[in-house]
Amino acid sequence: MSWWPLIKTLPVKTNFRFVRFARLFGLLSVLLCAASLIGVFYPGLNLGIDFRGGAAMEMTRPGGQALDLGAVRGAVDDLGLGDVQVQGIDSDSGAIVRFQIPEGTAQADTVNRVQVAITGAVPDARFSGTSVVGSKVSGELLTAGVLALVVAVILMFLYIAFRFPWQFGLGAVFGLVHDVVLVFGLMVLMRLEFSLNSVAAILTVIGYSMNDTVVVFDRLRENLRKYKTLPLADIIDLSVNETLSRTIITGITAVMVLAALAVLGGPALFAFSIALMFGIIIGTYSSVYIAAPVILVWGVKRGESAEDAQPVVLGPASRP
Amino acid sequence: MIQLSRWKVVLVVLAVILGALFAYPNLLSPAQRAALPDFVPKNALNLGLDLQGGSYLLLEVDVDEMRQARLDNLVEDVRVSLNETGVALARIEREAAGAVVRVAPADQDAAFRALQPLGSQPGLAGAAAERTVSRVGNDGIRVVFTPQALEQMGPNAVEQSIEVVRRRIDALGTREPSITRQGANRIVVQAPGESDPEELERVIGQTAQLTFQMVDDENTVQDALAGRVPPGSELVYDEFNTPYLVKTRVLVSGENLTRAEVSTDQNNRPAIGFRFDGQGARRFAEATRPENRGKLFAIILDGKVISAPRINSPIPNGSGIIEGQFTIAEASEMVNLLNGGALPAPLTVEERRVVTAELGADAVQAGAISVAVGGVIIVAFMILSYGWLFGGISVIGLVLNGLMIIAAMSLTQATLTLPGIAGLILTFAVAVDANVLIYERMRDEARAGRSVIASMDAGFNRAMGTIIDANLTTLVAALIMFVFGAGPVRGFAWTLTIGVFTSVFSAVLVAQVLLAYWLRVKKPKTLPIAE
Repeated sequence: MSWWPLIKTLPVKTNFRFVRFARLFGLLSVLLCAASLIGVFYPGLNLGIDFRGGAAMEMTRPGGQALDLGAVRGAVDDLGLGDVQVQGIDSDSGAIVRFQIPEGTAQADTVNRVQVAITGAVPDARFSGTSVVGSKVSGELLTAGVLALVVAVILMFLYIAFRFPWQFGLGAVFGLVHDVVLVFGLMVLMRLEFSLNSVAAILTVIGYSMNDTVVVFDRLRENLRKYKTLPLADIIDLSVNETLSRTIITGITAVMVLAALAVLGGPALFAFSIALMFGIIIGTYSSVYIAAPVILVWGVKRGESAEDAQPVVLGPASRP
Repeated sequence: MIQLSRWKVVLVVLAVILGALFAYPNLLSPAQRAALPDFVPKNALNLGLDLQGGSYLLLEVDVDEMRQARLDNLVEDVRVSLNETGVALARIEREAAGAVVRVAPADQDAAFRALQPLGSQPGLAGAAAERTVSRVGNDGIRVVFTPQALEQMGPNAVEQSIEVVRRRIDALGTREPSITRQGANRIVVQAPGESDPEELERVIGQTAQLTFQMVDDENTVQDALAGRVPPGSELVYDEFNTPYLVKTRVLVSGENLTRAEVSTDQNNRPAIGFRFDGQGARRFAEATRPENRGKLFAIILDGKVISAPRINSPIPNGSGIIEGQFTIAEASEMVNLLNGGALPAPLTVEERRVVTAELGADAVQAGAISVAVGGVIIVAFMILSYGWLFGGISVIGLVLNGLMIIAAMSLTQATLTLPGIAGLILTFAVAVDANVLIYERMRDEARAGRSVIASMDAGFNRAMGTIIDANLTTLVAALIMFVFGAGPVRGFAWTLTIGVFTSVFSAVLVAQVLLAYWLRVKKPKTLPIAE
């Protein structure tokens, strides 16, 4: 078995010229980010009840019998509670029913009315879980969630700026914002529910993306000291190539594990694991194509030579 | 660095022993755990409500409404005190902290004397006087709450509410409820297991404010219904919407209740027996004094008249029964409420999450399968990538990592939630990253022509900075989740935090010890993972 262990068959030294495509990918990223940002406002995120207020009720029929989603929807619609969503789960033997609590009515009363109405349509329905979030609390949760994301990005910038030259911090922040915006874009595109768990997923993406960026930056800093005369673009290529096998092995591990979670974790974790998986792929990409090129654009002070590297025009044009 | 140093071996062995000791209770049934001797750790993982089923309620104490009610009471006290002394009242000007009473200048002294006792009444729990009485100009007297009393009103109400809620839930026999304060005026109630969420909410939601008030016999209900409610009186309805005109002044309230119990009336229908304390008995005796014979008084619970009996004879001992149209079940729930005490302010449910035990068990199963499959994938991939020795060493580190996480979560009783399980799986993936970083460094060094020992040494040394930087960023993210997150997100953050420490420990230290041992025994000439 000459191919095993795998690590021996991976090329020891790769010479991919990542920076050469930086302009192309940079443009692509800008376009995707713009599309994601537009999507966040129109058609908008699929806000869960955590952030929108209202109720979500999980129901099943015993023995995995098929549930008539239309009948459930009809029964709840008749109550006139406004926007009612009925989403089938577990191959339609169960459903999540989402509805709003009208102003001035007690949460428990409305939930009761809905349960009675559904039982009228599906007599053997069983209610396995209910969440109700008042409008006051949902507003606060949304503020806290957005604040958490903003604070996370700022703290990461400070940390990187403290541990590395400040340009690195800037590159890291561009990478992070890019990752977060694209995860939002994915959630809009796939109509994934944006809930408290999604905020946790995005914060984890931020953590992972930073992790990845730090590994590349670490090597970059080391190589900047080692090769004082090499052009910055070449050093970036060299550093990314040197850390490539690690990037691939860790990335594949994380994505495989999360794929298992998405498939096996049940409906509660599906949106969570999909967002994480996508974020990790994007985070890996952004370390190479967003974070590092930003340093290239700004230039960076080179070791003791005290001579600043000149900012470089991105893309093939800059190469001799 | 890559020598078999004694303290590292000791540390790893210690981690294995402690990990096993604290993780072990998870293998036992609850009954077996309870039977363990006291010196043995007996805490298993603390599953969140989303995994074990249960109810979560976020309640808000309506402090503003309570403050308003206290101000209304103050004005009423002023009115009654002046009435009793016969001082003619010009007008009452309400202020933010109380009221100013205007009387004729000649009456100011008399009014001041009449109102002075209001200022000397001690506050709740024997605290300093809550109200101050002072003269204003030559015709006014100001009765206001002291700034401290106003400031303390909210926090006190929340503390008291927590106590009352706890007593009521305990009376339901709920297993291990957790009742905690959140922020300035919110209470979080978490009741695990099979408890009935609606009963819980009904029991918590009632204020249970019991008052005895005289029925106003000088004015007619018809006049009041036509919009002419006389000052000092109010309209109250019973459950059949029959109106009663009652005096606003409270004769005796639930605060003076020492005990309530389910009893029966002379027709053997369910009724509520009650007993007042000394002060309550005195006030009750005074209200039922012979002059009041034949008059009606109303028994009002949460703004609803329960009954309005006629005073037949003085009741000196402060006990009696409340008759009404209740079933035994209603009577006993009411008794439970009365004995638990009244809430100082209304509570509103802002958020409720209910998960049945069945759904929780499904989630545990899905989580366990995901962890198992995820673990197998990582193990297979590591061995596939780095071979039996190096891959195997990171797998051993991973197993110890899992053991330590379970032990630390059981020890700290941190809540494990469904997203927390996801955090656990991701922690394993990131833990592998530390090994990968070290191994890749070793390969770099070997390629640069160093000896086996030198490249392994350098691999650990130089990867360490990267590992620390990389893990610190995860810690920062976890910290933010902990500060800003609620409920399940916090559980996720805590799992992530524990995972960062245990994975660095197991990936770095365990690998060092095992590889040092391998070096010593095999004395290899080449690095198996280098080309």
